[in-house]
Amino acid sequence: MRISVTVNGQTHVRDVEPRLLLVHFLRDELGLTGTHWGCDTSNCGVCVVQLDGVPVKSCTVLAVMADGHEVTTVEGLEKDGELDPVQQGFVQCHGLQCGFCTPGMLMTARWLLDRNPDPDEGEIREAISGQLCRCTGYENIVRSVRWAAENQEAKA
Amino acid sequence: MQVPASFEFERAESVGHALELLERYGPEARLVAGGHSLIPMMKLRLAQPDALIDINGLAELSHLAVAGDTLVIGALVRHAALLADPDVGRYFPIFHEAERVIADPVVRNRGTVGGSLCQADPSEDLSAAFAAVRADAVIAGPGGSRTVSIRDFHVGPYETVVEPGEILTELRVPIRPGAGSAYVKVERRVGDWPVAAAGAYLRLGPGGVIAEAGLGLTAVGAEHFTAPEAEAYLIGKEPGEAVLREAGRIAAESCEPQADQRGPVDYKRHLAGELTFRALSRAAARADGSQS
Repeated sequence: MRISVTVNGQTHVRDVEPRLLLVHFLRDELGLTGTHWGCDTSNCGVCVVQLDGVPVKSCTVLAVMADGHEVTTVEGLEKDGELDPVQQGFVQCHGLQCGFCTPGMLMTARWLLDRNPDPDEGEIREAISGQLCRCTGYENIVRSVRWAAENQEAKA
Repeated sequence: MQVPASFEFERAESVGHALELLERYGPEARLVAGGHSLIPMMKLRLAQPDALIDINGLAELSHLAVAGDTLVIGALVRHAALLADPDVGRYFPIFHEAERVIADPVVRNRGTVGGSLCQADPSEDLSAAFAAVRADAVIAGPGGSRTVSIRDFHVGPYETVVEPGEILTELRVPIRPGAGSAYVKVERRVGDWPVAAAGAYLRLGPGGVIAEAGLGLTAVGAEHFTAPEAEAYLIGKEPGEAVLREAGRIAAESCEPQADQRGPVDYKRHLAGELTFRALSRAAARADGSQS
């Protein structure tokens, strides 16, 4: 089936099987391996991308469902060579250890700050509650998102 | 790597078109919206539909509004939208309290109200919430629409009265003055299915006595997700602690929990009673205006 998906502002047309999952479309068809593939059961959240600006677990969305829609992956956060403030926050506050959960965390954090520029700790924890950090580095992830909230205009 | 078996994929352009596609592909076709129950089952090959009919584009199923004295919820309303809606929170806190503990925010962005009800998982929270408030389900089929009480909607685990050629289109919930509602769940960890959960809806009449009572029970084997004996007991009584505790006891007796990794039967039965009591207490406080 032929689909046309706009990913990080660039439109890609591909012939895919309907059973292809969005996470594999991004990683294997487009080579965008920043989006990770984890539990495969919509639990862990490492595969979170934004679909029309809303975070979704891409292991549980079919690529054909994204036909005609816009997807943003972690590769799309950087603007004009500048890291997004949430990315900078993770750098500044040691928000990643192994890095496996990081792309999903970043995509949800960006969405949270777009809707709520000044979230408190509880709101941050609620926002990322569908995402697992197996390094258990949640304290620093929360600090990183707070850093981004306080430095929304930061340039790298 | 979990990959679904092959299937045909069609995108419905309207409810009428979806009905045509259902007819064309027959009983092995499935509608897909959020897909957060169906796609994981397909990945595990527990479900192998011949065709998926994508209804995500149907704006006509995404409505969420108060129409007169009825809250109307389109089947395609996402969990996140139900949770974010201030009218829903004002008239039916039970829905917000249930939604807050369904899966996680990212899953709630995708999963839908209609999908949850049609999946008919015995541990799914909204089924009990809608049972408690005595919603009606509107089902469209080739011959037109029909309306079914939510208490007749679920036939058994993973089974509803929606026929293969039909679509659940909306839920209708009557808004009545003097009512309060609540939902209370015990889960092993954030975002998990409940060990047990209870929803309550109370409407107080003249003299502060209970004029209408609705109970919903999740994951404890309650028939149609409700407890009619306990509801009948409450009618005409003042909602004091002893009365609400007795209703909890009756509800616990009426359900049939199964032992599993979430707990043994006696623990779940205990929870059914205690959570029914707590949900009733909060619903009563909301009905008499002492709690928001």
